[in-house]
Amino acid sequence: MIQLENVTKTYPKASRPSLDDVSVGIEKGEFVFFIGPSGSGKSTIIKLLLHEVAPTRGKVVVNAKDVTTMRSWKVPHFRRSIGCVFQDFRLLPNRTAYENVAFALEVIGKTKAVARRVVPEVLELVGLGGKEHRYPHELSGGEQQRVAVARAFVNRPLILLADEPTGNLDPDTSIEIMRLLDRINRTGTTVVMVTHDSNIVNQMRRRVIEIESGRIVRDQARGVYG
Amino acid sequence: MLRLKYVLNEVLVGLWRNVTMTIAMIITMSISLFMLGASVLLYMQVDQMKNYYYGKIEVSVFLRPDVTDAQRQAIDQAISSNPLVAGKTYETQKEAYDRFQQLWSDQPDFVKSVGANSLPESFRVKLKDPQKYKDFSAQIQGQQGILDVIDQRTLLDKVFNIFNGFQFGALGVAAFMAVAALLLVGNTIQVAAYSKRREVAVMKLVGASNWFIQAPFVLEAVVAGVIGSVIGFVVLFVGKVVLLDHKLQALATILTPVHNGNVWLMLPLLAGVGAVVSAVTAWITLRFYLKV
Repeated sequence: MIQLENVTKTYPKASRPSLDDVSVGIEKGEFVFFIGPSGSGKSTIIKLLLHEVAPTRGKVVVNAKDVTTMRSWKVPHFRRSIGCVFQDFRLLPNRTAYENVAFALEVIGKTKAVARRVVPEVLELVGLGGKEHRYPHELSGGEQQRVAVARAFVNRPLILLADEPTGNLDPDTSIEIMRLLDRINRTGTTVVMVTHDSNIVNQMRRRVIEIESGRIVRDQARGVYG
Repeated sequence: MLRLKYVLNEVLVGLWRNVTMTIAMIITMSISLFMLGASVLLYMQVDQMKNYYYGKIEVSVFLRPDVTDAQRQAIDQAISSNPLVAGKTYETQKEAYDRFQQLWSDQPDFVKSVGANSLPESFRVKLKDPQKYKDFSAQIQGQQGILDVIDQRTLLDKVFNIFNGFQFGALGVAAFMAVAALLLVGNTIQVAAYSKRREVAVMKLVGASNWFIQAPFVLEAVVAGVIGSVIGFVVLFVGKVVLLDHKLQALATILTPVHNGNVWLMLPLLAGVGAVVSAVTAWITLRFYLKV
């Protein structure tokens, strides 16, 4: 599903690479944590998988597509098979929960009729039934992240990437979001989550890949934070 | 259908959100395109006038006041036997004066100030090929009793040079204003892209196609460009009617008439140039500000 082969990423003007000769494979349906201190290079992995940055060396394969050599005009279509959630939610403040999710469908060419059918369903799934018409500022942080998860999942992606999704949330709310991601994982969606929330990693008992100074120092099937 | 509606709505909202900039963009665009239109019209006009006048061009061989009969005969002979000549007429001093009086009949004081004998007699020569004026002039110049050989073309060329000057001036102003217009388009698109940065970020994230992200911005510039070109065209048309058809009608005897058809032709031209130039500018700006 996801294959990194000897990937090195050095940002311009950086003294050392963010990722240094990293090789890792992730199977379909896996739930994987990338952990490590700030600046260890774990967020760079998300950017590589999204084709936001290109590796300096090595090969990145996602959904059997070589992202490294992908032509830039093919990137938008490629991204439709990947859902994404961030620490800062990235919701549109002037749109309701429903409209935020529907927007993601409409801009990739889905009709309003499709949105009317699918959006309430996915909002129900993430536990926001009855709050469809609230604006982001009328929702709690946890609820906003649920909207973001709904937006990422509404298109039924093969992969869900989560970059510190609980970074702005209190522990109880974080657990709820993790339950949600776990539920999504059980539908067969591969989940890749970058975090440094040890509490969560320890509770989930999933595959843990630890990165330090751009190198993989641990890859454990049912790991804990450290 | 839905996407079209979405895009059009985005365009209108975009233009309105930044309305002062939009107006500035439209005004500079219309001035630039007006100047472009004026320049093209002038070019077409000069071309038309050249066709009209060059066909009628004559070479005047003016004779000295003290020319003898023998000399006049010799010149007459030389002209008639010259292979370049298609035909000739002879004009006496009296005939020249009559024509002069007729030409300036509305200015009797000017006519009075010129004596009946002060205009030279002349041969008016029509050449087979008006371009060969120089050859003819060189061949005839040697004859005794010739005051001057004047080709009307040299006079016309002076007039045309003035028109050409206006034309280049208009083109220069058009180019100058175009720079301002393009900078404004670029700036407007930047502001628009910034004010919609959140939407753009989400669109990129969920995989909206590039054209779908860019289309509203490009169309925004195109709509402003077309509005600018229509205003420029209206100014051009009104200017033509007011100036040439009314205020400066006196010039109409020199100018061949400017056809309204030619002026109408400027509408698609200006709209096309305005739309294409705006679109390209917007698109290039977006390539810098909306990296995928």
